Amino acid sequence: MNTFIEWLSQPWPWYVSGPLIGITVPLLLITGNKMLGISSSLRHTCAAVYPKNIAFLKYNWKAESWNLFFAGGIFLGGLIGGTLLANPDPVALTVEAQASVEALGVSARDGLLPESLFGWEAFGSLRAWIILVLGGFMIGFGARYAGGCTSGHAIMGLSSLQWPSLVTVIFFFIGGLLMTHVLAPFFYALP
Amino acid sequence: MKNIKFLLIGSLFGLILTKTEAVSWYRIQEMFHFQSFHMYGIIGSAVVVGLISVLLIRFFKVKSLGGEDIVIPDKTFNKGSIIGGTIFGMGWALSGACPGPLYALAGAGYPAIWVAIASALFGTWLYSYLRPKLPH
Repeated sequence: MNTFIEWLSQPWPWYVSGPLIGITVPLLLITGNKMLGISSSLRHTCAAVYPKNIAFLKYNWKAESWNLFFAGGIFLGGLIGGTLLANPDPVALTVEAQASVEALGVSARDGLLPESLFGWEAFGSLRAWIILVLGGFMIGFGARYAGGCTSGHAIMGLSSLQWPSLVTVIFFFIGGLLMTHVLAPFFYALP
Repeated sequence: MKNIKFLLIGSLFGLILTKTEAVSWYRIQEMFHFQSFHMYGIIGSAVVVGLISVLLIRFFKVKSLGGEDIVIPDKTFNKGSIIGGTIFGMGWALSGACPGPLYALAGAGYPAIWVAIASALFGTWLYSYLRPKLPH
């Protein structure tokens, strides 16, 4: 049993995880006629908690509650993967990737995520606050504006050959490259 | 109770994202620096398997377990695909996370991710509020 857990605790290679993620598409279609998509759960939460008089938030979110259960499941999966099956070693980065990460002033040897940005110490760091608040805001605002996120457009949209999703994914990358290569160094240089 | 199956499928999805390190800030930095094939391999093979599945479902006219025809609504194109897509990509690269990883990392016990989740909720709310005034 222990060897089995150790075996599962290694990082899973892309050719195992990618196809398994792809299987989620037919699994959701067949079990419930549902389309894979995660950012909708943010909208449903807003609709449930504070719809005010906003037309876009006034709909029967309870009819979409499956999506909130799906999001809750992702939390549980992260809990299992991050505790019981956690990999004890840092993410195996190439020498070049380590250099890029360290150039941003972030340790490359922390584990799954840098503690300075996501651990308790992040709460005492102006840089971490700005990155998390601004990054989170752009994720929520941008995903809804674009009608979906990585799961809804890149996985579900491309799997069903929808050209608007292809355009959206291309712009995800344009935005990502612009941030990584032009703007991020300024944000990461903050104290 | 009918929603329990979605909790289970979500758990598998979250476990896979976590164990393959797609939730890792490091992997996202590496992807946007073109320093590893890992993330491209994950997204690419997921799309190939998803695409083959959708084609098979359509070809054999597979029905859902509830006996309904499986319908995939068309995604519509508007200016949001470009403007919203760019904003989302910037947030993805800055924080190293997207919505799935936000939840998975909360589960994995990274306390500061809750700041990003709260901010993502506010971003969603503000988009909804400003929607009538934004170009679409």
